[in-house]
Amino acid sequence: MTRLHIDWTACDGRGLCTELLEEVLVEDDWGFPVARDGQAEPVVPPPLEDAARRAVDRCPMLALKLVRR
Amino acid sequence: MTGVLEKMTLLTGGDGGLDDHLARHGRLPALDGDQIVGLARDASLTGRGGAGFPMWRKLGAVAAAGTPATVIANGAEGEPASGKDRLLLTRRPHLVLDGLHLVALATGARAAHLYAPAALLPRLREALSARRAAGLDKLPVTLTAAPGAFVSGEESAVASAVAGRGAVPTDKRIRVVATGTLVQNVETLAHLALIARYGPGWFLSAGTFLATVSGAVVRPSVVEARYGVPLGDLIAASGGATERLQAVLVGGYHGGWVPADPALPVSPEALARYGASPGAGVVVALPARACGLAESAKIAEYLAGQVAGQCGPCVNGLPRMAGTLADLAAGRPRPGLAGEAARLAALVTGRGACRHPDGTARLVLSAMRAFEADVAAHLNGRCLATGGRL
Repeated sequence: MTRLHIDWTACDGRGLCTELLEEVLVEDDWGFPVARDGQAEPVVPPPLEDAARRAVDRCPMLALKLVRR
Repeated sequence: MTGVLEKMTLLTGGDGGLDDHLARHGRLPALDGDQIVGLARDASLTGRGGAGFPMWRKLGAVAAAGTPATVIANGAEGEPASGKDRLLLTRRPHLVLDGLHLVALATGARAAHLYAPAALLPRLREALSARRAAGLDKLPVTLTAAPGAFVSGEESAVASAVAGRGAVPTDKRIRVVATGTLVQNVETLAHLALIARYGPGWFLSAGTFLATVSGAVVRPSVVEARYGVPLGDLIAASGGATERLQAVLVGGYHGGWVPADPALPVSPEALARYGASPGAGVVVALPARACGLAESAKIAEYLAGQVAGQCGPCVNGLPRMAGTLADLAAGRPRPGLAGEAARLAALVTGRGACRHPDGTARLVLSAMRAFEADVAAHLNGRCLATGGRL
């Protein structure tokens, strides 16, 4: 299963990922991403994998990775 | 207890020197790596740093990482209400060092470290040179000073510190064990040293844990007991309660409040229904006349001040959550105050490099549950525990 891993030590809350992947992520009170499914590493459904890859590539802090687990 | 049991418990014994240690327990038997993993498994030995993870599974994961292993004895004990690791390192350093030697063998480690508060390092250095002189420990042990911060004993912070970087948690996309690094609490290692000598069967029937008992007790102390010991026995062993008790915090500042029921068994199973666990063995007794919400708010404020400053949800969320609990404790009611504390607890959980936000959220949620009647009273401007108006 493909999941999105967020490196919280790198994430700066720029918000690009929540725009590119709004089906999976939403902003919290301070602009940091929150998983809609409530999981620490949210599931990326297959139709959203391309969008997720774009979010990973465009994160200015390189804080996102796709992982399989 | 019988004399035999006393001989084998962690804390009973003489001056803590190597001669005393060898006279009491003898040298470690010759064991190979598989045998050591098997002993930890058969004894059901779990980590005593707080998380309670089975040691043998960590040993297996580190050995399977496919990289030269590093083993670290973790004596940081950043938890303010805990003193058992310091006591153990002072009184029984050789049990800890025996355990470190065993996990090095079990993982094929190329490096071994002991990470402990700076004040303990001179005596530990003496203990290491006594072992060298006696021909123990093929693998040299490197000493590293642990800072006093709450998160400096967290697994990835420990690995980072001994590698010469800061003692702060790091990202867990790759788990620490998968990097070939074993971080094991010093008490866990001391138990392994006894299991290697007396066997898993002995540990299952006579193995102990260390509890640090404080708060409203006559003589705050470290008590050695078996899992399942009645809460009242731990308090009695600390001189008894100084006054009537309202609740007891178990596990630590990341732990949970349980009723001050003397018959409550202190075991993972019995505490689970309160969302708590023995954790690192912390037991803090709260007097009946003290406000549980105010005490919890103080702890939450301390924890919010201990964030490492790296992860946005923790940096922002913990002060807000602690402030919400403080408003509730001080009787500064706003609509939805209780719900807001619960929302923030859910919001920060799982969103950090380490479990500091999760643990702080657990403490806050536990306080709201344990002192539920006082939550309602505080919203109406009264405190049930102190009997006063807010």
